[in-house]
Amino acid sequence: MNSTFLHQARLKRQIWLDMLFRGMTRLSAFGVLALLIAIIFSLVVGSLPAIKAFGLGFLTSSEWNPVTDEYGALVPIVGTLVTSAIALLIAIPVSFGIAIFLTELSPRILRRPLGIAVELLAGIPSIIYGMWGLFIFAPFFADHFEPWINDHIGTLPLIGPFFSGPPMGIGILTAGIILAIMVIPFIASVMRDVFDVVPPMLKESAYGVGATTWEVVWKIVLPYTRIGVVGGIMLGLGRALGETMAVTFVIGNAHELTKSLLMPGNSISSALANEFTEADGELYTASLIELGLILFFITFVVLSLARFMLYKLGKREGQST
Amino acid sequence: MLTLYTRRRIANVVGLLVSILAMGFGLFWLCWILWTLLSHGLPALTPMVFTHMTPPPGSDGGLLNAIMGTMIMSVLGTLIGTPIGILAGTYLAEFGQRGWLAPVTRFINDILLSAPSIVIGLFVYEIYVVHVKHFSGWAGALALAIIVIPIVIRTTENMLRLVPNTLREAAAALGAPQWKIINFVTLRAARAGIITGVMLAIARISGETAPLLFTALNNQFWSSDINQPLANLPVVIFQFAMSPYEDWQKLAWAGALLITLSVLTLNILARVLFRQSATTH
Amino acid sequence: MNTEKNINPKVVVKNLNFFYGNLRALKDINLSIAEKMVTAFIGPSGCGKSTLLRTFNRMYQLYPKQRATGEIMLDGDNVLDPRHDLNMLRAKVGMVFQKPNPFPKSIYENVAYGPRIHGLARKKSDMDDIVASALQKAGLWNEVKDRLDAPGTGLSGGQQQRLCIARAVAVSPEVILMDEPCSALDPIATAKVEELIHELRANYTIVIVTHSMQQAARVSQRTAMFHLGELVEENDTDKMFTNPDDQRTQDYIMGRFG
Repeated sequence: MNSTFLHQARLKRQIWLDMLFRGMTRLSAFGVLALLIAIIFSLVVGSLPAIKAFGLGFLTSSEWNPVTDEYGALVPIVGTLVTSAIALLIAIPVSFGIAIFLTELSPRILRRPLGIAVELLAGIPSIIYGMWGLFIFAPFFADHFEPWINDHIGTLPLIGPFFSGPPMGIGILTAGIILAIMVIPFIASVMRDVFDVVPPMLKESAYGVGATTWEVVWKIVLPYTRIGVVGGIMLGLGRALGETMAVTFVIGNAHELTKSLLMPGNSISSALANEFTEADGELYTASLIELGLILFFITFVVLSLARFMLYKLGKREGQST
Repeated sequence: MLTLYTRRRIANVVGLLVSILAMGFGLFWLCWILWTLLSHGLPALTPMVFTHMTPPPGSDGGLLNAIMGTMIMSVLGTLIGTPIGILAGTYLAEFGQRGWLAPVTRFINDILLSAPSIVIGLFVYEIYVVHVKHFSGWAGALALAIIVIPIVIRTTENMLRLVPNTLREAAAALGAPQWKIINFVTLRAARAGIITGVMLAIARISGETAPLLFTALNNQFWSSDINQPLANLPVVIFQFAMSPYEDWQKLAWAGALLITLSVLTLNILARVLFRQSATTH
Repeated sequence: MNTEKNINPKVVVKNLNFFYGNLRALKDINLSIAEKMVTAFIGPSGCGKSTLLRTFNRMYQLYPKQRATGEIMLDGDNVLDPRHDLNMLRAKVGMVFQKPNPFPKSIYENVAYGPRIHGLARKKSDMDDIVASALQKAGLWNEVKDRLDAPGTGLSGGQQQRLCIARAVAVSPEVILMDEPCSALDPIATAKVEELIHELRANYTIVIVTHSMQQAARVSQRTAMFHLGELVEENDTDKMFTNPDDQRTQDYIMGRFG
């Protein structure tokens, strides 16, 4: 400890290294910010010709005609929103059931393997779901379900028109169902994870006063975890909105606005996937990029809302997350 | 009292039955998909798949160039994305207590984490492909790196937050400078978790199709030139599956099985690794 | 209150205030810590005793919302002065924590960590000596000398805590801060650590925060009692436990609150 001078030089160097390291991490964090700005900026620049040509009318026009160079985004926007809505409608209750089964009901031996199975399936590339949808599910759906839907639901008043159409297999409804199957493991594993963090004491004290399993789930587990549950659903929604491959295979890629969910439609991402590399002409490309910009905007809003809700819920309950 | 009790019991039984049905419902589709994959993919998975190039329709061939291309781009994407992700994640967990940058970055990262991957493809097309005027493996790797970054940031931050503060305090109490505390104590303690995150990121990008459509595109022939359009499994699967040719569709199934198997293997490896390290500590 | 007759102060605290955000956790603390003695901080939970301990090595600086005002003079230098080098301060003031917290490294590396940072050993053999002597001082040498490469986290709780003490001692500090070092240990391990504190007293100034009256009585020569962020009383331990000046001290020691 006598070499105080050496020691101090050493410390000087450490302080300098500290600053360097901190600066590097800071720069990387800043890079993320820059990335987002760059994405928005480049998409806006890329879509400028379309924005100039069509203005706000782009959002409300269902025209999509490369021959006359006229484009509108209504059909893909509606397709994206409707398929995602169908997907969530199916996926939320099913995922909830799966998560409850995995955390509360499953026999101990099955719990881990089933849980892992769900997690692994959440990792399967979406193109696989798309292929399966096109080659297996769509024909099956056309042969066995769509005639039945036409006969039974299609004849009902009010909702009937949504469910009548030629049994082709591919279309908005099929895309929604495939999306649902794809996001179920995703939402279910998030829900399972948040259900798992409920302190056992909380559940035990509810069982202790004679609550049934269902009551414990509904009145203890769900209120305790709703932040995480909403977060999981929103993430699932974000995924469904932006999903490309699972949808592109089965949605039919028709730029037509129809009432029936059995008819082919289009989504933003599938329009991009199918047409972008073949698009010639500045306006065509720009219109497609503007579609991408709109998709990014929609997911941005959804995810921001999710964040904001979580923040408010967290604040109300005095939790930090 | 009795009726209330009966009602509660019925609600319980119905609720539980529905949740069992949901589990069955979920498993049903997933088993069906996997079974399809195996029954179509296995017969198509011949040795030729690994030794030959993608063929023109009507002749024999394999997926060698696509497999190579996917590997090259996944490795490059991971190599570019991981360091940036770890550094930024470290900033969020260790330095980000004050100031505006950390909360903003965390928010943006959540957005990027769920951003549509096809938009990432569009972005790279706009900033890179348009300027060099050709599709290329580099562009594909860049797009994949942008997908890797938010995943790694998220896991790094989460894993660093799991490291107990007492460990940081112990190192600080000995007079260790902050960069040493983080590099040799905190990051080291969180290593297994971060590696798991990176492996999951690799699994994710090796199956990504959408961002490669406008960046790497495809290449019918053997090419290891990263500066040229580069064949890759997902895009080949997409083009072959959508084609009317039966032998192309068969190859698409082989590729689909291959990609699913490798993604699942990576997932399982990551899990095993994480669990092993969790038990040794 | 100030019977500082034969005391040679090592640390002198002057008008110290401490804030967690807007909450004032320590109020105008004035206190001297005697050199080469054991000083115990006692008081009910939340009284600020751990907070005070953590200002001595500015550990609170890891957390952005915490700050301290006033002076803490260590050998005549104000350690709260931002110009006072933090790493140097921490080389001089070691710390042992509530729960044993060995690094996820080998036993050897745990002890060598501090000396390596401060460049205390030039050769491998020097480092071996430092590690061995630190482990001996911590009374752990005989138990671990054959497995220095084993992970530190594999030791028992009591051994881990003594490893942490060895880790602190290896840097040759002058002051050792102990924040409830035995609260996570069983009675036998506690006895060993207390014995160790006795031995360390010859060479180090020790400040120990403890919840256990008996422990304070057993290991310390001086005791300071805190309540609601204020220093209630500071005195020789013997006097404190037999004839305290302040009613609150008496109540606390008799177990009437806290």
